Amino acid sequence: MSNLVIIFLSIGLFFNFAGCLGLIRFPDIYNRLQASTKCVTLGTIFILLAVVIHFGWNSISLKAILCVVFILLTSPTAAHAIARGSHRAGFPLWEGSIMDRYREDQEGETESAN
Amino acid sequence: MLVFIILLLVCAFFCLYRVGAGPTPPDRTVAIDILGILMVGFCAILSLYTGKDLYMNVAISWALLSFIGTTALAKYLEGRTFDE
Amino acid sequence: MLKKLLEFLILWIIWTLLTWSLALPDILAGVVVSAIAVLLFSDLFPAEIGRLLHPRRLFWGLVYLPVFFWQVVKSNFDVAYRVFHPTMPIRPGIVKVRTSLRSEIARTFLANSITLTPGTLTVDCVDDHLYIHWINIISEDPEEETRLIVEKFEKYLRKIFD
Repeated sequence: MSNLVIIFLSIGLFFNFAGCLGLIRFPDIYNRLQASTKCVTLGTIFILLAVVIHFGWNSISLKAILCVVFILLTSPTAAHAIARGSHRAGFPLWEGSIMDRYREDQEGETESAN
Repeated sequence: MLVFIILLLVCAFFCLYRVGAGPTPPDRTVAIDILGILMVGFCAILSLYTGKDLYMNVAISWALLSFIGTTALAKYLEGRTFDE
Repeated sequence: MLKKLLEFLILWIIWTLLTWSLALPDILAGVVVSAIAVLLFSDLFPAEIGRLLHPRRLFWGLVYLPVFFWQVVKSNFDVAYRVFHPTMPIRPGIVKVRTSLRSEIARTFLANSITLTPGTLTVDCVDDHLYIHWINIISEDPEEETRLIVEKFEKYLRKIFD
């Protein structure tokens, strides 16, 4: 196993670790989504790139590249779905948050509808 | 190589902690989503270790199925039915 | 009809790459499965899929990739800094920005790009406006927010999709 593979795996696991630590440390659901989605996505992509570098051009690395594409497309979409779902269901932001334009607009709509 | 696998398992235990302790349902959903992506990385490391094609197949199907599961859970959170 | 043929070809190429064999039974199974998938789910594909294969759009797509990747790496170091910092310097909140992109697929890509870039996460998309959760709010003026978050991607995505 070459040094480049080890370096890529280390970078990937560093970001994975940062993302999971963010999942533990951050105060509310939206901040946790931010940390975990970004970091774990890039971390896993680096691990898959390490696979590509190690095997060169064969079926395993091709599957790894397809996996990178799938993860890049699906992971932000899943995060978006969870954020929207939990906000619609009424789970509040952290009390230290600065502003919530989404809630303001929704309340405005219900008032004008009544 | 073992070091990488152990580190990844530590990350997975962080996620499991959030699944168990998460104060609200969305927290648990996020943790399950992240656990799915972590397992894709785990399968990739396994295929790097063994040199077998099989684990990448598992990784691809895991990535897609975990996305479908998370989306279904998110819709359920939002209070809608699945056929909408 | 042309659209369905294109979808069929894309699906069949992905199938062949995944099975990684050119034996006759594999190819036939791929043809059958892709045909069933296209017949059942053809409506779910974005309507503009044929237009995206234009060389100019593909060129701008290739230009967009490094820009996107650089933003992703920057955002990861940003998040890692906030996670490992003992006091967690965050000022979160949800802001509202405006986008001028028209097509659905362009907005999807814009929302996904925003989610993976520094400190921002798309929460919802209503008409022309995107609601974005921002981990570190540095401005409370909507115009300034639009300039900071959206415009760096919009100029590329407009060339690719619109």
